Amino acid sequence: MTTPDKNGVDDFTGTSTTGDEWDGIRELDTPLPRWWLYLFYACIAVAMVYWVLMPAWPTPNGYTPGILGFSDRANVAADIKSLQAARRPSFERLNAASYDEIVADPQLAEFARAAGETTFGDNCRTCHGAGGAGAPGYPNLADDVWIWGGTLKEIEHTLRVGIRSTHEDTRMSVMPAYGRDGLMSAKDIGDVTEYVLTLSTARDREKPQATAAARGAAIFQQQCVACHGASGAGDRSLGAPSLTDDVWLYGGSREEVRKQIELGRGGVMPMWETRLDPAMIRALAIYVYGLGGGEAEVAEPVSPTATDASPPATRAPATP
Amino acid sequence: MNQKTTLIDRRNADHASISIDVEAVNSKAARELYKKRTPIYPKISGGPFRTLKWGAMVVLLAIYYLTPWIRWDRNEGAPDQAVLIDFEGRRFYFFFLELWPQEIYYITGLLILAAVGIFLSSALFGRVWCGYACPQTVWTDLYIHVERWIEGDRIARMRLDKAPLSLDKARKKISKHALWITIAALTGGAWVFYFGDAPTLMREIFTGQASLAVYLFIGILTFTTYALAGTMREQVCTYLCPWPRIQAAMTDRHALSVTYKVARGEPRGAHKKGDSWDDRGDCIDCRQCVAVCPQGIDIRDGDQLECINCALCIDACDAVMEKVDRPKGLIAYDSYENVARAVRGEAPVYTFLRPRTVLYASVLVIVGAIMLYALVNRTTLSLDAMRDRSPPFVRLSDGGIRNGYMIRVINKEPRVRTLELRVAGLRDAQISAMALPSTIDGGLIVTARADNVTSMRIYVASDAANERSNPITFVLTERSTGKTAERRAIFMAGTP
Repeated sequence: MTTPDKNGVDDFTGTSTTGDEWDGIRELDTPLPRWWLYLFYACIAVAMVYWVLMPAWPTPNGYTPGILGFSDRANVAADIKSLQAARRPSFERLNAASYDEIVADPQLAEFARAAGETTFGDNCRTCHGAGGAGAPGYPNLADDVWIWGGTLKEIEHTLRVGIRSTHEDTRMSVMPAYGRDGLMSAKDIGDVTEYVLTLSTARDREKPQATAAARGAAIFQQQCVACHGASGAGDRSLGAPSLTDDVWLYGGSREEVRKQIELGRGGVMPMWETRLDPAMIRALAIYVYGLGGGEAEVAEPVSPTATDASPPATRAPATP
Repeated sequence: MNQKTTLIDRRNADHASISIDVEAVNSKAARELYKKRTPIYPKISGGPFRTLKWGAMVVLLAIYYLTPWIRWDRNEGAPDQAVLIDFEGRRFYFFFLELWPQEIYYITGLLILAAVGIFLSSALFGRVWCGYACPQTVWTDLYIHVERWIEGDRIARMRLDKAPLSLDKARKKISKHALWITIAALTGGAWVFYFGDAPTLMREIFTGQASLAVYLFIGILTFTTYALAGTMREQVCTYLCPWPRIQAAMTDRHALSVTYKVARGEPRGAHKKGDSWDDRGDCIDCRQCVAVCPQGIDIRDGDQLECINCALCIDACDAVMEKVDRPKGLIAYDSYENVARAVRGEAPVYTFLRPRTVLYASVLVIVGAIMLYALVNRTTLSLDAMRDRSPPFVRLSDGGIRNGYMIRVINKEPRVRTLELRVAGLRDAQISAMALPSTIDGGLIVTARADNVTSMRIYVASDAANERSNPITFVLTERSTGKTAERRAIFMAGTP
């Protein structure tokens, strides 16, 4: 594009110059590519339209809203609202159906599991770990060992009232701190520790001392059987864990067992009744149940005096 | 730089009194940077290559417009469109084939075949793709034909453009652009039919019920078709397309392409009837080859990247050669080697078996064979096993260890399949799931959804795991057909 130019034309390229010169070097006034220039003008035009339609300019009191009234904040709020509306029927069904009906309906069961997983991540994972893996003092929810019961109804109840929480019907069990409160001498605690290890399958690992264990047996019969039962099988109605397996809340080494007898530790789980709505608690129960440890509903209620009742000896998660 | 040649075409009665500028406006020498496009007015030519181009256009456009309307009966629930790219359902349907997104390598293989196919055709016959089959060529040819139909042939169009605005000019221009936009809209409209059920989508488009994306894509393709075929034309080949550049690396001196036979044609010059043909070339410099060229070049300048090898100049030159009673083929498909040989006075050679063509053909055959093998042995049943990362394993009350897995059964057949899932490689391993029935021998009965992925959580328990990491294998069996699928996995164990 050659335009007559008062600043002169470069001899070599034939392009007009800007007229600026430095040490004999003159700047070429090379034109912009057409498509680029037109695109640039188009962008300016689009920007003008954008100012009118969309929020664009800051003002002392906020910003110009634009005639389309676009707002990301309002969009998110509307999205959440529509999502809640879309999920409401499923939650209503979850609330109305029995657990048998929920498990029998794959779609509803999956909805409950997915909702439960999210809620678990927000509320439970901090203590119980991802996938309910547990940690010392926080029970593993994926194994087949339950302190308070692993049926859907029991899980739901535990979720509602919590453990040692402020709920008036909370799950409550207190193990005495035999060492700290001076209820037992250090030697007796050592003897009971040896005895407890003989009850457990950890005996192969820890190799308890026979004579000390024999002394401990007598103390165990006085102090521990009321809750843990004569054979150490525990009692779920009292929240007393079984001592016969090798699954421990606070660790299965000799030192940890001894420490637990000394301190009688017991954690607190908050009640969720006041924080989550009933449908969400049921969803959570289904999720926890599905982690692998869920137990089938027992036809006859377990007698509260059946202290020797052993936990179901199946490795497979139950099919309700 | 810009040489203009004005001459009177003495041989054509129609043009006898008209002085026309036949100029190769798009040749390298005629193009300046930042210059506005100089319009090209290709003249209609007739001959075997023009006929071939008509045929190619009809066949290719028919394939493009009609393919989405071909119906293909599939099972219940699957679309009955023969060719369908179903983004929502994440499937690609092609007649008897149904590909999943993870089988994108078939498309990759197809693209490799297409690329090597173009290489081979270029090495043998020059740019036949550019000249006959490229969408840019086909649609441009169609648009030029529409232009010619409304505004007349070359001279009439040039006159019309030079004429001041009149009612007739406005009518012609408006109807041309209206027709162009209609064709463009149909092109964009046909495109979207490949991505949805054509009859349904057609109804939705006209009743305003189609999604915004549909209208957007019709709009985009309408615009690009109109712009590329209507207004940009040869500029796409000259400036935008990488192929003319790549082409140079794919051919050699022996590839056939549209060439002007310099040895026979030169020295060129006007020729009066009755004059002697001695001591001169056969080219009478009538510039008909330039007049018919849709790319606006002069083939006599030799090999140029602007040339799409459409061979219309061959038709034009042959017609003139016939009139002046000289042999045809002054412009013809020939190799540069032969052009050079003719200048040296040597006999032409045609060698189609060259290392280059053999290599391209072998790659084509090998890739094709691999594709065919992969397609024939394509599995329709597979499974994934993802072990739970947290907890990595669970110690059970009886002392055993249990691992959790997410199993994904991929069933690519359009029928529900009843399968049995077992685990191998670990002694005493028990497999279980929350809501799946078991077989007598301890396997799980899995119902795989038709043409879908079925996910399930399963557990494997064992007290025989001696290592921290134990290799196991999940085996999926279809009892009715005996088909199996396997997936290796790891069973984790450890001490409390």
